[in-house]
Amino acid sequence: MQRIQSLKGIFSKWIYSSENNNRDYIPAFKAIVRKEFTDYLTSWRIIILLLLIVLTCAGSLYTAITTIQDALNVDEEAKNIARSSFLFLKLFTISDGTLPSFISFVTFLGPLLGIALGFDAINTERNKGTLSRLMAQPIPRDYVLNAKFTAALILNSLLFVALGLLVMALGTLILGIPPTLEEFFRMSCFLVLCIAYTAFWLNLGILFSVRFKQAATSALASIAIWLFFTMFYNMIVKVLSQTILNPENISSTEEALNKQEFVLNLMRLSPNYLYTESTTTLLSPSVRTLGPYTVEQSTGAIAGPLPLSQSLLLIWPQLTGLIAATLICFAVSYTIFMRQEIRSK
Amino acid sequence: MTAPIIELDQLTKKYDDQYAVDHLSLTINKGEIFGLLGPNGAGKSTTILMMLGLSEPSAGSVKVCGLNSTSEPLAVKQRVGYLPDDLGFYDDMTGFENLIYTARLNGIDRKTAEERALQLLKRVGLLDAAHKKSGKYSRGMRQRLGLADVLMKKPELIILDEPTLGIDPEGVRELLQLIRHLNQVEGITVLLSSHHLHQVQQICDRVGIFVQGKLLAEGNLEELAEKLYFEDLFVIDVRVDHIDQQLIKQLNEVKGVNRVAQISDKEMAVYGESNITTDIANIIIQTNTGLQYIQQRNYGLDEIYHRYFEGADHSAKNTKS
Repeated sequence: MQRIQSLKGIFSKWIYSSENNNRDYIPAFKAIVRKEFTDYLTSWRIIILLLLIVLTCAGSLYTAITTIQDALNVDEEAKNIARSSFLFLKLFTISDGTLPSFISFVTFLGPLLGIALGFDAINTERNKGTLSRLMAQPIPRDYVLNAKFTAALILNSLLFVALGLLVMALGTLILGIPPTLEEFFRMSCFLVLCIAYTAFWLNLGILFSVRFKQAATSALASIAIWLFFTMFYNMIVKVLSQTILNPENISSTEEALNKQEFVLNLMRLSPNYLYTESTTTLLSPSVRTLGPYTVEQSTGAIAGPLPLSQSLLLIWPQLTGLIAATLICFAVSYTIFMRQEIRSK
Repeated sequence: MTAPIIELDQLTKKYDDQYAVDHLSLTINKGEIFGLLGPNGAGKSTTILMMLGLSEPSAGSVKVCGLNSTSEPLAVKQRVGYLPDDLGFYDDMTGFENLIYTARLNGIDRKTAEERALQLLKRVGLLDAAHKKSGKYSRGMRQRLGLADVLMKKPELIILDEPTLGIDPEGVRELLQLIRHLNQVEGITVLLSSHHLHQVQQICDRVGIFVQGKLLAEGNLEELAEKLYFEDLFVIDVRVDHIDQQLIKQLNEVKGVNRVAQISDKEMAVYGESNITTDIANIIIQTNTGLQYIQQRNYGLDEIYHRYFEGADHSAKNTKS
């Protein structure tokens, strides 16, 4: 009992003192966020990436719009069908084959943006000698890391929200079909997902920037992981699944299902796969399940879109997994950074 | 006047098996300029980091401005300005912007910050370059900007780690003048680490000699010389028209003279325990050997430093063998 009491004391003291700190040092925190944000906006690296993302997305949007328009022009009735089948969401997923769709671009470029925002957060400051000067100021050490993360997250969120709203606006203007409320919510969820996904790569970049002294090393390490998950991980799982799913070794339906599930879970270790899975579910309401299901299960089911709440339920594990991965990266970089000695060079 | 501003008590920092700082006890008083003198890797920077709470001591305690640096680093950092040895600025910001940023980190509001920044830039002679990108500053300018940066928070104590490293002699002179001015006019205590003897000698009230994590001696120059226990505390250089054996013999008989070393046929050095310049001068005049000059040799830090190093090297070798 006494122990609990003392624990409580320590805890409240900690909270009290941290509250105190918070109040005192918030201007400093804001100052760092502001400076980092300005740095991003004035750095060529970020400007180029932002332009790249905006241009590719505009390109994919253009192809999507022309495809949809062609379909709409065929028939007046098509418009009515379109309204009921979430046509608006197709803006993000459809393509005519010349350019990849909006989501594939984001899957591909989002990580790059995250990495570009994070990979030199700490080590460049260390190498330039500004970190020791920064640490000599009366600010809690974690504020540096938190502020850098916040600034990058703000930029990231701004970009995706702006892009999303632009797509909606253009889509409405050109197609002449306004999004329904549900479509709007689905798109908002999609944007949140994009932000979370980029935040994961951002944190991975920050983690490497804390761990590796050279910015080049940390950039390469982050890009290696990104390449691994975008290109090689699929192949590895495919090779594995060939042996696992070999029909000669499977004796029952149940076993087949289990093994299929296992392969799927292997795939889900990749943040890219989690992201693709959840975006597809969000933007294509007709997706009813993410795992294997039998003919028995599907008979009697009426083909039709899922309501948003059900789609969200379906991707909840994916979303939490993605956020958890982000938090793990952040926690690891936090602990490393807090223990690191701030020695010049 | 003699209130301590830095108190180190048995401060120790151990990396793996090696002591970077070895049971260091040191007190620095308010208002003085203290020079921490030692070769590279002596543990000067580590000690400074521990004073600022940027590194945790393995044992012992650090108190700066009456606050424990390890448990209250933020309060200490509010009162202490620190100029790291390889200080860097955000290259794509102007000198002025860099100062404003520091002020904002210290919670100073923008208006006050701007006023103070201009004032400080003027004082360090960078007003013309205030709106130039700090990436274009020369080494000397950066160091002066660093000093302005440190002063933004109106510190009670400034800690300068190798402030004169890599600056030309004129720049060093200006910087040292500036530091002395700060000390005398504003009453800021200065702790200066360096391996440059002459610079430390020029401005420091007291000096601590620091080798392999240990403080070998502290005090002003004379005290240091005494602590060294030189047998020949005073050396007097003499030049006469010609030296004969009679003169040397007579000099040897003077009370306090330990030995006389003839350097050339006109020059010699007299080693003694006390100040015997007058006695020697008298004898030379009496013997009528034609005095050209007589001068008491000043023990610079060079000499002191060198002796200490010899000692440190010996002890290091002894422990190895």
